[in-house]
Amino acid sequence: MAAKNLKCKECEAEYELGAHFFCAQCFGPLEVRYDFSGMDPEGAKRRIQTGSNGIWRYSDFLPFEGKASDPLEPGMTPLIKADRLAERLGTEAEIWIKNDAANPTHSFKDRVVAVAIAKAKELGFETVACASTGNLANAVAAHASAAGLDSYVFVPADLEEQKLIATDIYGTNLVGVNGNYDDVNRLCTQLADEKPWAFVNVNLRPYYAEGSKTLAYETVEQLGWKLPDRVVSPIASGSLFTKIHRGFQEWLDIGLVKGEMPIFNGSQAEGCSPVATAFAEGSTICRPQKPNTIAKSLAIGDPADGPYAVEQARQTGGAVDSVSDDEIKAGIRMLAETTGVFTETAGGVTVGVLAKLAARGELRAGEKVVVYITGEGLKTLDANRDSFAFTTIEPDPASFESHFGQEVAV
Amino acid sequence: MPITVKIPSQLRAATGGAPELSADGSTVGEVLDSVFEQHDDLKQRITQDGELRRFVNVYVGGEDIRYGEGLATAIDDGSEITILPAVAGG
Repeated sequence: MAAKNLKCKECEAEYELGAHFFCAQCFGPLEVRYDFSGMDPEGAKRRIQTGSNGIWRYSDFLPFEGKASDPLEPGMTPLIKADRLAERLGTEAEIWIKNDAANPTHSFKDRVVAVAIAKAKELGFETVACASTGNLANAVAAHASAAGLDSYVFVPADLEEQKLIATDIYGTNLVGVNGNYDDVNRLCTQLADEKPWAFVNVNLRPYYAEGSKTLAYETVEQLGWKLPDRVVSPIASGSLFTKIHRGFQEWLDIGLVKGEMPIFNGSQAEGCSPVATAFAEGSTICRPQKPNTIAKSLAIGDPADGPYAVEQARQTGGAVDSVSDDEIKAGIRMLAETTGVFTETAGGVTVGVLAKLAARGELRAGEKVVVYITGEGLKTLDANRDSFAFTTIEPDPASFESHFGQEVAV
Repeated sequence: MPITVKIPSQLRAATGGAPELSADGSTVGEVLDSVFEQHDDLKQRITQDGELRRFVNVYVGGEDIRYGEGLATAIDDGSEITILPAVAGG
């Protein structure tokens, strides 16, 4: 296996590959480091292309001792060319939608959870847990059940009902916490210190986060082993945003793909925009915020990877923007009307920022823009409850005609 | 009544294994300074140039002190301060 150790992103202290997530010297985040020297890019490419039709095809780049398995393998979600969306936005850029709602529990979280749970099993854990804004809750409950592990899922008690029901159904211990996501996260950080459990996004976070790299790998493969020119991605904790970059960087380093690192545009909701605010202020310090937005899956007021996300947006010539709740709703509708993809509020945020970039003239003619749609619209139906049209008629043609004012075909 | 400072397990090597410490002070900064007098190694790990390191979260009664006045946040006798890593979640 190529995974070598865990290394602190701040002070570079090194740790063994265990259930550690922060540096005991400086509290910095730990990240999995690999030794890819001696990897033959042609051999790696062959193993990918003959691998499974999901994320385990990228096992050479994931942190396992042995072969990872998961009966609920995520990945290889569609990458759709969205010409009608580009037309609606008035841009000559090539817009691609990576629809990651097409995963087993309908969000990108299946990727990170599949990796974390496979690692939890490898490390000998019998119980997994998480702090979640909803999508992660669905994924942990489902993958834990499929893997035969016990699970505890902690969520803010005021979460969307759809996400609560779609978590409980898998037979987990679903715990509603009176507080916001950051309160849930604090509680789980404390519990992770005391319980012999694998909290996927706390003590297993270095492994969990690796799962997001597979979004970068798939994008490259689906574009015919080419890099996009620009990426538009949501930012909550900043983990997805920074790991897509790392995925591209690894393949550039190894020589599996050639070209330039894409421009990274991050997307946040105005009602929870600590990273966009830091970017706008020219700082890397993300002052925490109390979230107030319909985009609950992005409502992390104290983002763990915020400073790195800001640095990455700057270094790649991108930006981090935010959009209002109305722009989020409009983004959901615009994506659905032009591509047939119905996304949740996080996708509305991402499309909203894409629309802003188009309006500012920042999308260049012909450039390939990949927009990461991370979740499913059916999970956040309330977001569009006040804006849908529904006409009731009597069951006869005249009634139809009186409402819609057109001839009825005979 | 002194203030209790809760220490995460990974930092207990710097406190001789103690999971919590007692200290006095009228602000979070004063309480931490008093703790640092007993455990200098702890100071190195969680502060840099007199400020908390960027991935250290400190809570008083469950509230992040950055919503208050940071290290200058006033603290009542008998309160509890919790030090936690900020790199969880997402």
